[in-house]
Amino acid sequence: MNYKTIVEDDIDVLVCGAGLGGTGAAFEARYWGKDKKIVIAEKANIDRSGAVAQGLYAINCYMGTRFGENNPEDHVRYARIDLMGIVREDLLFDMARHVDSAVHQFEEWGLPLMRNPKTGAYQREGRWQIMIHGESYKPIVAEAAKKSADQVFNRVCVTHLLMDEAKENRVAGAVGFNVRTGNYHVFKSKAVVVAAGGASNIFKPRSVGEGAGRVWYAPWSSGSAYGLLIGAGAKMTQMENRIVLARFKDGYGPVGAYFLHLKTYTQNGLGEEYESKWFPDLEKMVGKRYLDVEASHRTHRPIPTCLRNHAFINEVNAGRGPIHMVTMEAFQDPHLEEIGWHNFLGMTVGQAVLWAATDVNPKYENPELTTSEPYVMGSHATGCGAWCSGPEDVSPDEYFWGYNRMTTVEGLFGAGDAVGGTPHAFSSGSFTEGRLAAKAACKYIDDGKGEGIRVSDAQIDKRKAEIYKPMEHYKIYRNEITAGSVNPNYINPRQGLDRLQKLMDEYCGGVTSNYMTNEKLLSIGLKKLKLLEEDLEKVAAENIHELLRAWELKHRHLTSEAVMHHTLFRKETRWPGYYYRGDAMKVDDDNWHVLTVSRRDPETGEYTMEKAPCYHLVDDKPEAQAA
Amino acid sequence: MPTFVYMTRCDGCGQCVDICPSDIMHIDPVVRRAYNIEPNMCWECYSCVKACPHNAIDVRGYADFAPLGHSVRVRRDEEKGVIAWRIIFRNGEKDMNLLAPITTKPWGKHIPQLADVPAPSNEQRDSQYLFNEPKYIRFDEGELHTLESNGLKLVPGVEGY
Repeated sequence: MNYKTIVEDDIDVLVCGAGLGGTGAAFEARYWGKDKKIVIAEKANIDRSGAVAQGLYAINCYMGTRFGENNPEDHVRYARIDLMGIVREDLLFDMARHVDSAVHQFEEWGLPLMRNPKTGAYQREGRWQIMIHGESYKPIVAEAAKKSADQVFNRVCVTHLLMDEAKENRVAGAVGFNVRTGNYHVFKSKAVVVAAGGASNIFKPRSVGEGAGRVWYAPWSSGSAYGLLIGAGAKMTQMENRIVLARFKDGYGPVGAYFLHLKTYTQNGLGEEYESKWFPDLEKMVGKRYLDVEASHRTHRPIPTCLRNHAFINEVNAGRGPIHMVTMEAFQDPHLEEIGWHNFLGMTVGQAVLWAATDVNPKYENPELTTSEPYVMGSHATGCGAWCSGPEDVSPDEYFWGYNRMTTVEGLFGAGDAVGGTPHAFSSGSFTEGRLAAKAACKYIDDGKGEGIRVSDAQIDKRKAEIYKPMEHYKIYRNEITAGSVNPNYINPRQGLDRLQKLMDEYCGGVTSNYMTNEKLLSIGLKKLKLLEEDLEKVAAENIHELLRAWELKHRHLTSEAVMHHTLFRKETRWPGYYYRGDAMKVDDDNWHVLTVSRRDPETGEYTMEKAPCYHLVDDKPEAQAA
Repeated sequence: MPTFVYMTRCDGCGQCVDICPSDIMHIDPVVRRAYNIEPNMCWECYSCVKACPHNAIDVRGYADFAPLGHSVRVRRDEEKGVIAWRIIFRNGEKDMNLLAPITTKPWGKHIPQLADVPAPSNEQRDSQYLFNEPKYIRFDEGELHTLESNGLKLVPGVEGY
């Protein structure tokens, strides 16, 4: 391959992936690192990249302490309840205490935040969500990142992190290729912030054709946050904690504004309320600690999202589907009707397209809902990601090793989907995590921790050969066959993705197995993933675009393997409605009120699993407070 | 096919190629105009539709669940700071025009250049503050929240839940 090697040397902070986390990191790094060299590598164009590319109609994480609304610990408790107790409360507290300052800056930059005309505060959708006209959310934060960065490399897909050869377990940059020119890019950097995306498309989707693009999380979220970190030997946490979304059928349009602001509600195919009848059995399955319907009624304590999914799934299985969203009442109000449509146009245009195509007018017809295929990510309402250090003034010893949001690899930081145990960060929280990671990365450099990194030509050449291997492979074997895509020596990226999705679906609790798995299934799944790994050495790319898909697939594969190992390790059903361990159908607090932590040895590919203590925020002096 | 491109409107300028987050808008070498090379990796995010200077790109809902004959069109105007949508149902009974702001400020003018703001002190570097903090958290004299200030501690295990 005659692709040029382009080396960018002496970088201080390299940001891999510039969605909301990465833009936050690049923006903030300039303040703490006035003289530092800050570089962004993004596989698309940062004006429209990441999960917020098409916009958002709400900022789902805003405390509102300025308006006397919430304190950070209130949000921590909410996220904890929603995730059945298993979260990183130090990281959540830290994110929550900073997030409002990010949102206030967004407003200053021109992001239209709606105001409540009566109170003057931001228009609340729910307790944590504020409503925005966010079509240009991403281009606005991208401007901020561009102003701070020395250089933005758009269309460079980062495939691997570079490791320091002077000191073990220290990062030294990253490599990738330009998806337009094909050129090989080498970034040597003292610190790296991985802010790449979580994983859509690793479980077989409900759609059967084109609609596979209308995944709930963006199709370009290729699990690179995990692929890059796992590949570098960073420890991961809570990778079993995939999420299943109850959304409008097929279009996966958001339901948050409908439930919270428009006050719509769900009913079964017979027009009945169905959730409450599943709760008594569910209370036995998960225990009163996590579901206490009476207490929830009394105190407005939220019912965990997975448990509401459980009721949905079981009601459909009992033959009383479909589940409908009752919109016909709210939509009689023309103002609310308009909000209902704006909500889609602002963040999921495809749902508006679908209703227009199927003549669904929610004013006269209650639309159908469905439960999605599972997704693996760490910024929405679930917390997959890297095992990261927390902030010095909050974290207990087990959660602290020097620099906020640093992974277990020195100099390697995470933000957004990349950080584990921090659900409910959403867009604003991810941006905030990027800022926290960037400040810590600058401090790491100022402390001299990134001095003397060494990357040999051998490492650079080895990665180059590896990156272009799918194109070499194609060239060698293509002419063995007459035409077409069937070849005994290779599979193409789409064929590999289909295989990955099918086996994750069938062995790891996807849609067609009703989110059910067990030890036997997971063990078989792991074997099949190993075989796929071998075949991914023979994945073939006809051109640079297919090379992009090949590397996305490899990142998805690494992500999937971690998900499979974690799901096997946690021998309980912690989140009914997200997935079920058929051989351990209860929440088991005696053994599993812990965070799961994994490490894949980059040399051997072997996994080791461990448990880490789960800390909770409690009142320091409950008696005094009660008095 | 999610997005598609009208032959008579596209001049092959490549703005859609430049912006597509999924890298699926490419220029066809024969007709030298843009097209969607991988519809099942299209999110219908409309980034290309909004970026096209000739309104040459449109969306036809996913074939596996969306019947033909609908239309969702858009015009985005950075100078005016608005986006205008028109939704037409398949049966023609609903035809909606919706307008929304996309920014409240002249484009890009109110984003600070952090290289030019005063450098943080060593004290700030050692603190938990981010840029503009603590002021921007509440716009009052209030400090950043800590475990101590909020009367909290972290305890391990299920007992703390």
